[in-house]
Amino acid sequence: MKHARIAWSGAIQLAIESDGQLLITQGPHQGLRVDFDEVVWLPPLVPVPQPRTVIALGLNYADHAKELAFKAPEEPLAFMKGEASLIGHQAFTKRPADVKYMHYECELAVVIGRTARRVKKADAYDFVGGYTVANDYAIRDYLENWYRPNLRVKNRDTCTPIGPWLVDAADVPNPMALKLQTTVNGQVTQSGNTADMVFDVPTLIEYFSSFMTLKPGDLILTGTPDGIVNVNPGDVVVTEIEGIGALINTLVKA
Amino acid sequence: MKHWQPAGTVYGCLLNFQREWDLWAPRMAQDPHKGPPRAPVLYVKSANTFNPGGSLLLQDGVKEVDIGATLGLVMGTDGMPDSVVLLNDWSVPHESYYRPPVKFRCRDGYLGCGSPAVPWASLDLPSLSIMVQLNGQKVQTVHLSDLVRPVERLLADVGEFMSLQAGDVLMLGTDVLANGQRPRAHAGDTVCLTVPGFAPWVQTVQGEAL
Repeated sequence: MKHARIAWSGAIQLAIESDGQLLITQGPHQGLRVDFDEVVWLPPLVPVPQPRTVIALGLNYADHAKELAFKAPEEPLAFMKGEASLIGHQAFTKRPADVKYMHYECELAVVIGRTARRVKKADAYDFVGGYTVANDYAIRDYLENWYRPNLRVKNRDTCTPIGPWLVDAADVPNPMALKLQTTVNGQVTQSGNTADMVFDVPTLIEYFSSFMTLKPGDLILTGTPDGIVNVNPGDVVVTEIEGIGALINTLVKA
Repeated sequence: MKHWQPAGTVYGCLLNFQREWDLWAPRMAQDPHKGPPRAPVLYVKSANTFNPGGSLLLQDGVKEVDIGATLGLVMGTDGMPDSVVLLNDWSVPHESYYRPPVKFRCRDGYLGCGSPAVPWASLDLPSLSIMVQLNGQKVQTVHLSDLVRPVERLLADVGEFMSLQAGDVLMLGTDVLANGQRPRAHAGDTVCLTVPGFAPWVQTVQGEAL
């Protein structure tokens, strides 16, 4: 099943995808169908009792690591983001006027389904609730070699679109063989496959849970492959993962 | 409010005490840094670190921890601090500041956070200092007058690239000793942080049962 969290009729609604429409699943409008373009799409994540942990990976595709002139890391290169950087599908991301190089990053996002601590690789998929698509924008002008990638590059307001769907793990039989693609104004600029991750999803869950507890709703953004290009205000960026969804975002002037 | 816990995302600030900045300054231009940091260098303390209990458990092979006495600004709805909390921002000692410190700072229980918040309006932050005691002996005094970026400047420089939401916490940084290291604690040690006007914050470090 594909789950969405939307704003419609003056309130937040939970919905699922049904025959090309959104079927509202809870509350006074339960059972009602609304069209995709009638709603505001929110990150497809239900609220959690404590601040959501959002882990992101750098250099997790061999080709992207090469593109950025680094050798692939020996252990996951991880950084953390605040939940406030997340926005939904069909939203606007701000691009500062004075920068030269701002790029998208199409990433498979893992949503944790069960509390995970010291999980072995072989059991790791049991702890995944589902998957969604994230676009982990970066502004390279602001890169500094202190806790790199630093938060000024990676934790900016509006710079982490996510969605449109949270797809149940049961509906993604092999998350390590999904095509990824990004288009900018309809032109394909990035294409890859999750099979090319340096550290795959089970390895990442084993690694993080070896020193920290992951809670339901926590996110792991698994990195991006080759093919990043600069984007400008007005550009429409679609980051898409086979079977998960196509996440649309539009750049605007900051 | 006996056991205060963060309601939002907790951010820490690296190199925000003048002593550590000055000790680093001769090396800042070298590889891999290639220059001093221009913007505030922040990190996140994820929710699994929140620890309002009386002990810090060393797990998964960790034998010693840095004590990180700090104050955190608890943000209100208007982008200004609403209150201030006394925190112990525990970390695994790490020499390199090149890569993000997730495995050093985001371990379970590594944010001691039970001391109740104190209203912002009642405080004159630069006049405060945190006394750090290890097993009853004073090992460090952290003066809030020694910040590289004092509160207003830090809020402005962070606000340039990200908004702090109501309930988010921005920690002001942790100071080092004259040798460039933070005071360290091992299994069996009791660490007490005291600041006038705040409830003392005491935690005992425990080793993992075999």
